[in-house]
Amino acid sequence: MVTEHEVNHIAELADVGINTGELGTFTHQFNAILEYFDTLDQVRGEQAFTRDLCNVLREDVVEPSLSQEDVLRNAAAQEDGFIKAPRVM
Amino acid sequence: MAGYEICFEPDDRYNAFLTTCKKVTYGPGKLTGVAVAVKDNISTKGIETTCASKILKGYIPPYNAHVVELLMQSGAAIVGKTNMDEFGMGTTTENSAFGPTLNPCDTSRVPGGSSGGSAAAIAGGMVRMALGTDTGGSIRCPAAFCGIVGLKPTYGRVSRYGLIAYANSLEQIGPMGRTVTDVSTLMGVIAGYDRRDSTSYNKPYTHTPRADIKGLKVGIPGEYFGAGVDPKVATVVNSAIGRLEELGATTVPCSIPSMEYALAAYYVTCTCEASSNLARFDGVRYGPAADTKKSWHDAYREVRRAGFGTEVRRRIMLGTFALSSGYYGKYYAKAQVARENVKRDFARIFSEVDVIAGPTMPTVAFKLGEKSDPLSMYLSDILTVPVNLAGIPAISVPCGKVEGMPIGLQIMGRPFEDERVIDVAYAYEQEVT
Amino acid sequence: MTENQVIIGLEVHCQLDTKSKLFCGCSTDYRSDGPNTHVCPVCLGLPGAMPVLNKRSIEYAMRVAKALNCTVLHESEFSRKNYFYPDLDKAYQITQYDKPLAEGGYIEIEGDEGGEKRIRLTRIHVEEDPGRLVHMGNTERGKYSLVDYNRAGIPLIEIVSEPDMRSPKEARKFLNKLRATLEYLSVFDSEKEGSLRVDANISIRGSERVEVKNISSYKGVEKALTFEITRQKSLIRRGQKVDRETRHFLEASGSTQSSRSKEQEHDYRYFPEPDLRPLHVQSWVDGIVLPELPDARRERFIVQYGCSLNHARTLTGELRLANFYEKVVAPDPKGLSALAATWIADTLIGELNYRDMTIDAVDAAGVTELMNLLRQDTITDKSGIDVLRVMLDQRLNPQPCETPAAIVVRLNLAKTAGDTGFLTAAVEEAISQHPTALEDYRNGKSGAINFLMGQVMKKTRGKADPGELNRILTEALKNREV
Repeated sequence: MVTEHEVNHIAELADVGINTGELGTFTHQFNAILEYFDTLDQVRGEQAFTRDLCNVLREDVVEPSLSQEDVLRNAAAQEDGFIKAPRVM
Repeated sequence: MAGYEICFEPDDRYNAFLTTCKKVTYGPGKLTGVAVAVKDNISTKGIETTCASKILKGYIPPYNAHVVELLMQSGAAIVGKTNMDEFGMGTTTENSAFGPTLNPCDTSRVPGGSSGGSAAAIAGGMVRMALGTDTGGSIRCPAAFCGIVGLKPTYGRVSRYGLIAYANSLEQIGPMGRTVTDVSTLMGVIAGYDRRDSTSYNKPYTHTPRADIKGLKVGIPGEYFGAGVDPKVATVVNSAIGRLEELGATTVPCSIPSMEYALAAYYVTCTCEASSNLARFDGVRYGPAADTKKSWHDAYREVRRAGFGTEVRRRIMLGTFALSSGYYGKYYAKAQVARENVKRDFARIFSEVDVIAGPTMPTVAFKLGEKSDPLSMYLSDILTVPVNLAGIPAISVPCGKVEGMPIGLQIMGRPFEDERVIDVAYAYEQEVT
Repeated sequence: MTENQVIIGLEVHCQLDTKSKLFCGCSTDYRSDGPNTHVCPVCLGLPGAMPVLNKRSIEYAMRVAKALNCTVLHESEFSRKNYFYPDLDKAYQITQYDKPLAEGGYIEIEGDEGGEKRIRLTRIHVEEDPGRLVHMGNTERGKYSLVDYNRAGIPLIEIVSEPDMRSPKEARKFLNKLRATLEYLSVFDSEKEGSLRVDANISIRGSERVEVKNISSYKGVEKALTFEITRQKSLIRRGQKVDRETRHFLEASGSTQSSRSKEQEHDYRYFPEPDLRPLHVQSWVDGIVLPELPDARRERFIVQYGCSLNHARTLTGELRLANFYEKVVAPDPKGLSALAATWIADTLIGELNYRDMTIDAVDAAGVTELMNLLRQDTITDKSGIDVLRVMLDQRLNPQPCETPAAIVVRLNLAKTAGDTGFLTAAVEEAISQHPTALEDYRNGKSGAINFLMGQVMKKTRGKADPGELNRILTEALKNREV
């Protein structure tokens, strides 16, 4: 069982906003889904899923970058070639 | 690109498209002049690509996905971007920020998802073929619900470069079309090695479908005809398998015990990967603006609450929870062992049979609004997700109707035997048409 | 156990000197270009872009692993470290977590207690650098951040040590040795701004451990550690508890500051990066041919050039310096090696530090010529320093540089060997101008000789040979004794 408090914490960790009105519904649905996930408790074995490919590497060769214009085109806000972001202090 | 041009102004009564390109130029090639629709989670340079999410509204990729480059080189005319469940998260195409797509066979029903727009564009006669993506059935489910053909290729056979990731380890871009031949042709264009996708294999597809399946061994897993599967659907699919036998195939009963927890393993894996993949949508580099006056967590939280739909936020939170400290072992790590068990179950069966056959979906297309409870929607993916967990190819081909709605026959094959599942579907299609 | 014993472990992040970034083809040579000009869909974290691992970054990291005696693991893989921060384009950093490239190993330093000391390494892994915030914003001004993603995706190697260091000095020696080794391996360029960053774990035995982040210079490490030790010891002395926490180093004030509690709640939710495949590269180790490393070169300098241990240590402590020394002495190793070792290790380095210059700016041929002038006794040691200073100052300015010989001529610094008439005249002048000094001499005050020598030196602007001057001055004073 997860509590509303835990669901709220997860929402914080994931930086997805959650409305107080939604919290109850989310918590209720989470518990149903997590209960279903508990079927994984029956899984036997140690070996995790693997694929055969390994050592996929590229040579150290410089390729063209995007133009600064293309980099900034989709940014909501910019200044002197920099992308504007929320403050961090 | 040579200067041919077509006009594309479809009567999109099913809301299949999010963006249409009215005038499209195209060049010579295998698909010259063929109108091809592309699911809106595949990056198209200069054409808005939203994943049916408000959080990508207005995003114009500065680059093309590898498959889009290949389409253009083949002369195809990319006529538009199709509707989908937001970021691929859904089985109905109702989870689109821009309204649901309707099923052309019955507009009171969903087209399936998440590639519902692509399926509806084909079933509605707007395009001959389209690209979809399949993370847990997102090509095969809408193909089944709309009565068209859809292939989920072997993992690694089609480059994912430019596909906006939902669950990287599970998903593949694949061809959808009215006929198996169209699907095969489109597969020939998009398959092959791409150095920009580290999971890409050098296995091009140069096959022409062959209808001869004499001596083919077909595994029939009991789990695909058991509880949860509509008996009417099972009956139709069984009779389709009977047609394969008439064509010279023999059937062998088999069992996939790991099916018991496959769906849980699938949802744990895809939500974990999604929680990380979708973290980058923060309103800084693209998408709606984050309020830069706020501190970053507050600004991101606001953008993401407004930008993501409920199902997307639900899956992000589920994945965040399943990866969080103290739960990784119980969920993510266990799911990876479950995945290996699914892969081994398939490998064991494929040592005795050539393909596995069963229904694509347990029911016909849902009514709009029918699947309101998330878990019950997840459960409807039970027959499609094992293929994604194991990375094997599978096709859905129309095989009859129940209550006037199309049913899909699902053919699953060994890794890199996409050609064989195409052949079986082709043999069936030729037999019934 | 010693009471109040200091325990230090370091996590050192160094930029690997590859041509292209870790997961894309963008050039790493971004420092002189405008913001967001070395960025592509991959390193900007555009939706749909996928990483492809740079082979050279792994080869470089393996070179380091081999040089530092680490064990390259049979299988290693990349994971995602999930957290939000505006400089992190994908909201996760691709790094290595439970399967690093290499484990174990050690670095030998000169320990505080004398002799060689082994600092054990925990692991070495490869990861990507985040972008750079150039303007952090703050609450007072209610501002925003500005981000430049040019640095995003630069390959980093992280070297994690065991808590084996016992003083800031040992930590500095560890870093110096590490830097030298990385440079000898040609995988790292310490001259590039921001190419090295350090997180330090520091505790006083018996108390909680504190992690100090954000130390981005060599000097900063010693400062930060010294500050922390003082802080922690004073807490303990006052009977207070040291909190287990993360602190940030503030370069400007040389102090550390507690990070907000919110940041400590990090839950990085690591999981394997699904878009990359594992590495199985253990078998490459045997094929790696290592160049001569700092310790070997130090020993060679002692044997080949007769350097003292201290000089050899200093000269080989930096790749560029060692190369410079060998270039200076190359024309005449026998004749120049001892003289050049002293001059470079004891004088040149100080002069460079004073001017904030690097050895790269110095003309080795010029120094060779200067050494020859000194060796041929053409100029005095003091003049030699003057010439060297002029040489360095000229390098700093846009004016054309003169050869040492030209400087000697222009400044009239050549020794006055043989020209005793000139010296005698200068001595006579000095004595007659300073009768009190003569009086002092007569009264047996030995300082008078030194005073007069200084006066003559001043007159002759240092070009007088001290031995010759002493002889003439003593003579002249003796003549006046009666």
